[in-house]
Amino acid sequence: MPADPMTPLLDRKLVFVTGKGGTGKTTVASALALLAASRGKRVLICEIDGKGELAGYYEAPPTAFKEKEVQPGLFAMTMDTEASLREYLKLQLRVPIVGRIGPVAKAFDFLAAAAPGVREILTVGKLCFEVRDNGWDMVVVDAPASGHIVGQLAAPQAVNGLVKVGLIRNQTDWMLEMLSDPAVTALLAVCTPEEMPVTETIELAVRIREETTVQLAGVVVNRVLPELFGRQEEAVFDALALPEPLAELDHLVAGDAGPVLEAARLAVTMRRTRATHLERLRSGIDPAVPLLYLPFLFTRSHGLRTTRQVAESLGEELGY
Amino acid sequence: MAGRAPKKKDPTPPAPTMDSLLATKEIAVACGPGGVGKTTTAAASALMAAVHHGSKVLVLTVDPAKRLANALGLDGIGNTEHRVPDSAFKRAGLKPRGELWAAMLDTKESWDSLIRHHAPDEQTRDEILANPLYQNISGRFIQSHDYIAMERLYEIHSAAEYDLIVVDTPPTRNALDFLDAPERLADFFSSRLLRWLIVPYRSKLVNVATKPFYQISDRILGTEFMSDISEFFILFQTMYDGFVERSQAVGRLLSDRRTTFVVVSTLEATPLREAEFFAEQLNERKLHLGAIVLNKVLPDYLQGRAGAKVAEAMKDRAEELAAGLAPSVGAGDPGLADPTQIARVLTEVADSYLNFQIVALREMEERATLAVAPDVLATVPFFDTDIYDLTGLLRLGEQIWG
Repeated sequence: MPADPMTPLLDRKLVFVTGKGGTGKTTVASALALLAASRGKRVLICEIDGKGELAGYYEAPPTAFKEKEVQPGLFAMTMDTEASLREYLKLQLRVPIVGRIGPVAKAFDFLAAAAPGVREILTVGKLCFEVRDNGWDMVVVDAPASGHIVGQLAAPQAVNGLVKVGLIRNQTDWMLEMLSDPAVTALLAVCTPEEMPVTETIELAVRIREETTVQLAGVVVNRVLPELFGRQEEAVFDALALPEPLAELDHLVAGDAGPVLEAARLAVTMRRTRATHLERLRSGIDPAVPLLYLPFLFTRSHGLRTTRQVAESLGEELGY
Repeated sequence: MAGRAPKKKDPTPPAPTMDSLLATKEIAVACGPGGVGKTTTAAASALMAAVHHGSKVLVLTVDPAKRLANALGLDGIGNTEHRVPDSAFKRAGLKPRGELWAAMLDTKESWDSLIRHHAPDEQTRDEILANPLYQNISGRFIQSHDYIAMERLYEIHSAAEYDLIVVDTPPTRNALDFLDAPERLADFFSSRLLRWLIVPYRSKLVNVATKPFYQISDRILGTEFMSDISEFFILFQTMYDGFVERSQAVGRLLSDRRTTFVVVSTLEATPLREAEFFAEQLNERKLHLGAIVLNKVLPDYLQGRAGAKVAEAMKDRAEELAAGLAPSVGAGDPGLADPTQIARVLTEVADSYLNFQIVALREMEERATLAVAPDVLATVPFFDTDIYDLTGLLRLGEQIWG
């Protein structure tokens, strides 16, 4: 099968960002949205796991189901499946129950508990609806962690398998079409060069291919440590750390240089351990899927400044 | 007489450690945000208890890294409990006083065995196991992981085979989900809605209050699917009492004083906030917050002002220092005596120190603002290599043990 050239990430309409917990999924999602907005696109970013963290990445007030502008051209929202159901009933079905929230909420609780996939379909449905009907250039999704994303993206198929007729069934068909189109929809997986994140990413890539119709459009390798030395420099470093030169260095700087050298040793070993995981990642992922490298940030805190730095690095990796 | 020895006061009890905590509990639940080393912490704690307490310890893990699974002899082993062989201990130079057992949680298998246990007869059992909805729920339904982990814990604890069970909790969307899971399941089975749902397909008896619900459900999901659902729950109803009773028992076990919770985090802002929130929730529910374990903490030597001064000097005076150091650096290999190269190395080393110091100071700040007070606060340094055998686990365990 001749491989079509991949649609550039920033030209996609719907980008899901996933990753193992702790790898920087929200950082990357918020940076991607900021990058797209800074290039003149009208962007919506949606946080799925409503922990309310997303706003902090833009130093904006808390987000809600109704989107709010957090940066010029960039809007943020938090997914709320119950609100999504209400909106769906109102817009799509014109069901007369609208307004009577109590029964809807109860029925929803029940359905979400009884029928797996309902919660997921309402989430994916809302996102697809935003793409189709609300004129965004790009919708970025801070999606569930890698353990749960497959269930989310496979929900339309799962529901199609269980529900043979009815209004839900009519809705899943167009969603599936949108999710399956690599010119429109993409999944971006975030990982760090560590054992479990790399293993999970490789497994995720397989499951995405086998169980969903969404294209994995890239793996973001986050927190890559800088290379301190070349080979010759490392030999110099080793010689410098020997007792005699070290004592001389202590004397020359009138202090204890031991910890400073120790820290460099730690940085070198950490990078080396991580390099083996990076190799494993590269050989475990389809070569057609690009790896995007983001540097370890030695910053004071998280916030808009960090998001901007990550957006810049991401822009460079994407060739902008 | 110069006076008798002053009356002895009650000795102040020694500050609790992970050692003393795990010596008195039967269940330790490791929980916290994703990616902070929960599984490794659970395994290391169990190992330490087996080695030092002479107890029979089980570590129940959810999704261990492959090499950790190998180290525990769990590779290819499903739901069954498995003893970590003596040979693995021997390789690590250990002679445990107790026994270390390990098991992995297989959600699907655990659900199936639960159904087998509760089903009133063979026919119902087979019908449930074959129901497409059941297969969906047991395999994919996210909260089913949360429930089954706690259910499995209950089952193992009831069998009274182990002195201590250390549980690693599944990665949840919300760290609290698994706490609520038993109750939620009980609520669900006793809900009126469930009964509403089952009624029409059973008796075609629909009253005025429930009619709109069915109309909408039918329109959204289709009658066929609704009837599938109801068939499934009619079958499930037969197990209702058993399930509710069981999930209540699981809930009681979690709040039992023999159970403690170990919250695991790193000192990065986001996971730490989440861990803190979780610890507060434990307190609110009157569950025992035994320990907070802070993983991957950068070494202390990165914090000192003195170190920073040395690093700044190395950077500012790199060329001068390099010239002075060249003879001794090149003592073994004259090829290394190039002052330009030495200066470059000094600058790199100093920069790296100053960079890592920013992160280390941020971590220290985070730790200082930690708002919850567990019995035990353990700090584990950043290990520069991965943990993939008992030796590595032991190295980590010793840091936790106190």
